Amino acid sequence: MRFIPVSCEDRESMLRAVGCPNVESLFDSIPDSVRLHGGLDLPDGLSEMEVDARMRGLAGANVAATSLVSFAGAGCYDHYIPAVVDHILRKPEFFTAYTPYQPEVSQGTLQSIYEFQTMVCELTGMDVANASMYDGATAFVEAGLMAARVTRRHRVVVSAAVHPEWRQVLATYAAAGVLEVVTVPTAAGVTDASALTAVLDDSVAALMLASPTFYGTLEDLASMCAAARAVGALAIVAIAPALSAVLEPPSVHGADIVVAEGQPLGNPMSFGGPGIGLFAARDMHLRQMPGRIVGRTVDADGTPAFVLTMQTREQHIRREKATSNICSNHALNALAASVYLSATGVAGLEGVGRACVAKAHYLRERLLATGRFEAPWDTPFAHEFALVSKIHATKLQGSLLGAGYLAGVRAADISGFEPSDLPDIDRTDDLLVFAVTEKRTRAEMDAFVQEVASL
Amino acid sequence: MYPADLKYDTEHEWVRIDGDVVTVGISDYAQDHLGEVVFVDLPAVGDTVTAGDTFGEVESVKSVSDLYSPVSGEVVKVNDALDGAPETINDDAYGAGWMIEVQLSDPLELDGLMSAEEYEAFIASEA
Amino acid sequence: MTEQLAHTPSIAPARGPRQLIFETGSLESRCVEVPALDVPSASMEEMLGGRVRQTALALPHVTEVEIARHYAHLASMNFGVDTGMYPLGSCTMKYNPRLNEDAVRLDGFAGMHPSQPVSTSQGALALMAGLADALAEVSGLPAVTLQPAAGAHGELTAIMVFRAFHTANGDPRTRVIIPDAAHGTNPATVSMCGYEVTTIASDASGGVDMDALRAALDTDVAALMLTNPNTLGLFDPNITEITSAVHAVGALAYCDGANLNAIMGKARPGDMGFDAMHINLHKTFSTPHGGGGPGAGPVCVTEALAAYLPGPVPVRDGDVFALEWPEHSIGRVRGSHGNFGVMVRAYAYILALGGAGLREASEQAVLSANYLKSRLRDAYDVPYDRPCMHEFVLSGARQRRDFGVRTLDIAKRLLDHGVHPPTIYFPLIVDEAIMIEPTETESLADLDRFAEAMLSVAAEAAATPDLLHGAPYTTPVRRLDEVRAVKQPDLRWRPRT
Repeated sequence: MRFIPVSCEDRESMLRAVGCPNVESLFDSIPDSVRLHGGLDLPDGLSEMEVDARMRGLAGANVAATSLVSFAGAGCYDHYIPAVVDHILRKPEFFTAYTPYQPEVSQGTLQSIYEFQTMVCELTGMDVANASMYDGATAFVEAGLMAARVTRRHRVVVSAAVHPEWRQVLATYAAAGVLEVVTVPTAAGVTDASALTAVLDDSVAALMLASPTFYGTLEDLASMCAAARAVGALAIVAIAPALSAVLEPPSVHGADIVVAEGQPLGNPMSFGGPGIGLFAARDMHLRQMPGRIVGRTVDADGTPAFVLTMQTREQHIRREKATSNICSNHALNALAASVYLSATGVAGLEGVGRACVAKAHYLRERLLATGRFEAPWDTPFAHEFALVSKIHATKLQGSLLGAGYLAGVRAADISGFEPSDLPDIDRTDDLLVFAVTEKRTRAEMDAFVQEVASL
Repeated sequence: MYPADLKYDTEHEWVRIDGDVVTVGISDYAQDHLGEVVFVDLPAVGDTVTAGDTFGEVESVKSVSDLYSPVSGEVVKVNDALDGAPETINDDAYGAGWMIEVQLSDPLELDGLMSAEEYEAFIASEA
Repeated sequence: MTEQLAHTPSIAPARGPRQLIFETGSLESRCVEVPALDVPSASMEEMLGGRVRQTALALPHVTEVEIARHYAHLASMNFGVDTGMYPLGSCTMKYNPRLNEDAVRLDGFAGMHPSQPVSTSQGALALMAGLADALAEVSGLPAVTLQPAAGAHGELTAIMVFRAFHTANGDPRTRVIIPDAAHGTNPATVSMCGYEVTTIASDASGGVDMDALRAALDTDVAALMLTNPNTLGLFDPNITEITSAVHAVGALAYCDGANLNAIMGKARPGDMGFDAMHINLHKTFSTPHGGGGPGAGPVCVTEALAAYLPGPVPVRDGDVFALEWPEHSIGRVRGSHGNFGVMVRAYAYILALGGAGLREASEQAVLSANYLKSRLRDAYDVPYDRPCMHEFVLSGARQRRDFGVRTLDIAKRLLDHGVHPPTIYFPLIVDEAIMIEPTETESLADLDRFAEAMLSVAAEAAATPDLLHGAPYTTPVRRLDEVRAVKQPDLRWRPRT
C-alpha cells in the first residue's frame, strides 16, 4: 500500500498502545447487523503503472475539443493558457493546502485570494468580490438569493437570453421553495424590452441578465439596469470575463451584482468542471454576500497580513441564517485565474478580447457568405454568434466533426433550452451558436468555411 | 457590575425605566462573553418590538448573538452611534452602549424582569 | 546568533510579507502577448455597438520571472499536506497522489468541451459511470449523481431530492431534524431548501438522543440529517433504530458523508437505513483541497429516489455510454456535468487502492486516531471517552480553567512546534474543542511527532501560559488582528489615482 506509511511492526505497537488485540475490535461500536462482512465488491488495486495505463486509455477514448478545431463555446471556452499558470498550480504548498483557517501559515493562499478579489473587482468594476463560487451558474443563482435577502422580495425576473443551463439551475433552486422565477422572452437575441416592462413591478427582487448573452449578443444594459432600479429591484449581470478588457463593465450601467463563469481565465475546459464562479457586488451589500472573503489587516507586530474576514455571514457561524451553505469553493481555480490575469496584464487581456471579437466577426461574415446559414438577427455581439443552418443542424455538425471540426453548439442540445425562449425564430432546432477564441487562426477558419461550403 | 437601578432579563439585556419609556442594552456579563463587538444590527425608529422576540443582532469576529427584547412597544430612539463604534458596547455597556428606547405598550411586563440581585444569582446558577 | 552569522546571507526563500503583485514590476512589463491579428477587422466600437470599455482597468504588469518569484514566495508562506501532518478533524487531509495530478492534465480529459457529442466523450462518460458504480458500492446506495461541486452542494442536492420525493407523494413537509453536533452546512442547506431546522441534543455518550429524536419526529418532518460516524468521531450504535424511527413517520434519513473515511469496506450507510448521502471526493478519495477547493460532492441515493436525481447522469448501454435525464429529475444544480477534473483524480485513486485497499485505508485511519488519542488522553480532557473512529475530540477545558490558556492559544503554539493545529471549537457541543483526524497517510514517526508537540504545548500551558497567549512566534506572520479586519474592511487593493 503505497499511501499508508505504517509498517506491520508499527501497527502492532500502535495496537498495543491502544490496548486492542486487533484492528477489527476498533470497529466494535458498529452493530453487527450493518457490518459489511464480505468486503467491497470492487476490483483489486492496481500498480501506478497500471492506473496510468487505464487513465491514458480512458483519455484516449475521448476526442478532445483541443485536438479538433473547435468553435464550441456556450459557457466553456478554449482559450490559450500560459505555461506559467499550471506550473504555479502544481506547487504543493497551494494545491495540498486546506482552507486558510490558520492565517499564520496560510498567507500564500490568503494573499493570492486578496489579489484575486481585486482582479475580479477590476474586471467587473464592482466594489467587493468573494473568494469564488462553484461556477457561473451557481454564482448566478446565489446572486438571485442575495437580491431576495437585500430587497426582502422573492420574485426574480430572468432573461431567456441567459444560458439555458443557468436558468435550469435557477429553476431547480427556486423549486426548493425559496424563490419565484419569471422568465422574459427574447427579441432579436436579447431581452425583449417590452415584455420586460410588463413583468417588472415592486414585487421583483432582481432582474437577472447576461451580456454577452447565451447567443453572444450584447444587451442594452443601461436601460435594463435602469428599469430594475425603477422598481427597487437589483440588477444582476453575468459577463464573459475574457472580454472584460474590451467590453464596458456592467457597473457603469448600475449593475448591483456581477457574476461570471471564470473558466476562460486560465482554466482548462475539463469537460465543464471545475470552473469557477466569480461574484462581485457593491460595498453596501457586503453583509449579504455569500462565500468566503479575505481582508487585509495587521499581525501582532503590526505587519500587514491577510485573513478570512466577515465570517459571521457564513454557515459555520450563522448556520441556518447564513447567507449561503457554501463551504468548499474553487480556490485553486481562482489561483489559476489570478496567475492568468497576471500573465496577460491589461495589454494581454485586451489582445485576447480584440482577437476573439475580430475573429468571431470575420467567421460570421464568411459563414453567411457560404449561403448555408441565415442570420437570425443583426444585434451586436462579441465573441460568439448564432446562425440558423439551412440544412439539418445535427447533420451539418456530424459531417463537420468527421472533417475535424466542432461546429459550434446546437442551442436545442443544451438542457433547459426551450423554443419559446426565441419567439421570433422559427427553426430553433437548427440554431447553432459558434464561439471563436484567440486560438483560432485565419487559416483554420478559412478551411472550416471551405468545408461548410462544400457540404 | 450590575447597576441596582436597572432591571434584567434571562437573555442578558437590561432596561432603564423612565416613565413609560425604557432604554435597553446588554449586560456587562453579556458583553464580556461576546468579546469585542464588531457589528450591531438594530431596528429602526417606529418599529415594534415584542417581549421575548428578537430585535436585532450583535456580532463579534466569530459569533452572532440575537438580541431579545425584554419589553413590548414601539422603538422611539436608536443608538446610531453604535454603527461606527460598536465597541462602545464593551466599553460602556450601561451608558453610551445603550441600544434602543422603547415606548412601552404593556408596562406590567416590567414586573417580570429581574432585579440586579436576582440577575446576579441567575448568572451564578447558569455557570 | 554571532555577528558573523547575522551577516551571512540566507539562501532560504524569504518568508514573511510580500508586496502585492499589483505593486510588482514596471508598468511596461509583459508576460504573454497575443499573436498579431490575422483577420481583417472593423473597429471595436463598431463591432461591439458602442460598448467598448472606457473604464480604467488595473491588472498586474509583470514578466514571467516576476510571476514565478511572487508565487514561489507566497507558496513559502503556506502549509500543505506535503509540508507535514495536517490533522484537521472533519477534513480528512490525506496525501494527494501525484499520478492523479498528471492524469487530470491529459489532453483527453483537460481538453474536453462539455457539449461535445457523446461519440467523442466515451472515455469521459465511462470514467464517470465507473466512478458512480464504485461510489454506489462503497455507500450501499445504488443511484448516483456526480454533479454537486462540494459537500455542502451535495447536501443541498439531496435535500432538494427529498423535497421532490415528498412533494410527489403529496406532502412536501416542513421540518428537518439536525443534531446539535452537526456541521454548519447542514442547517444552512435546510434553510436554502425552504425547510425549518429542528435541532436535537446529543445524549451523554455523544450519540443521537433517542428520546429527543422520537419527541421531534412527526409527519411534518421531511428528514433527519446525520453525520455517522458523528463529529465526535463516534459511530452511533443506535443507527438502525434511528433510521427506523425516521422512516416510521414517513421521513427520510440523510447521511453527511464527511466521515466516510472511517468506514470504507467496514459498513455502508445504505445498509444502515440511510436514503441518501453525499461523498466528499476531496476528503475520502484523496483529491487535493486546493486551498479551499475545488472539491466534489457526489450524492448516492436509494432506488426509490433515483428518478429524482439531477440530470444528466451517465448511463451504460452495453459498451456505449450516454447521458440521460432521470424521469422526475429535480433539474440541474450546476452547469455542465460536475467537477470532472476532481472525478478523474478520485477514480484513479479508487483504481489504485481497489476494494481491499479502501478498507485498509479506513482501518489504518481508525487505528491512527485511536493511537493518538491514547497518547494524548492524560494531557487533555477526553469528553466522550470510548473507542473512536477516524477522528476524536479532546477538550482544552482543563487548560483554560487551570492556566487561563484557551484552545486557540494551544493551536497557535502548535504552529511554533512546526505542526498544523487540529480543528478547534468544533463540534460546538464540546467546550474548547480540539478535533483531531490524522488520516491513514501519516507514519508512526509523524504521529509521534504530532503527539510530542501536543504534549509539549500542554506542559507549556501549565508552566508558561503567557508564552501561549503570544504564540505563534516563528510563523511568516504572527497572530492576526481580526477585529480590525472586520471593522476596517480592506478587501481589495486599489490603484493609486
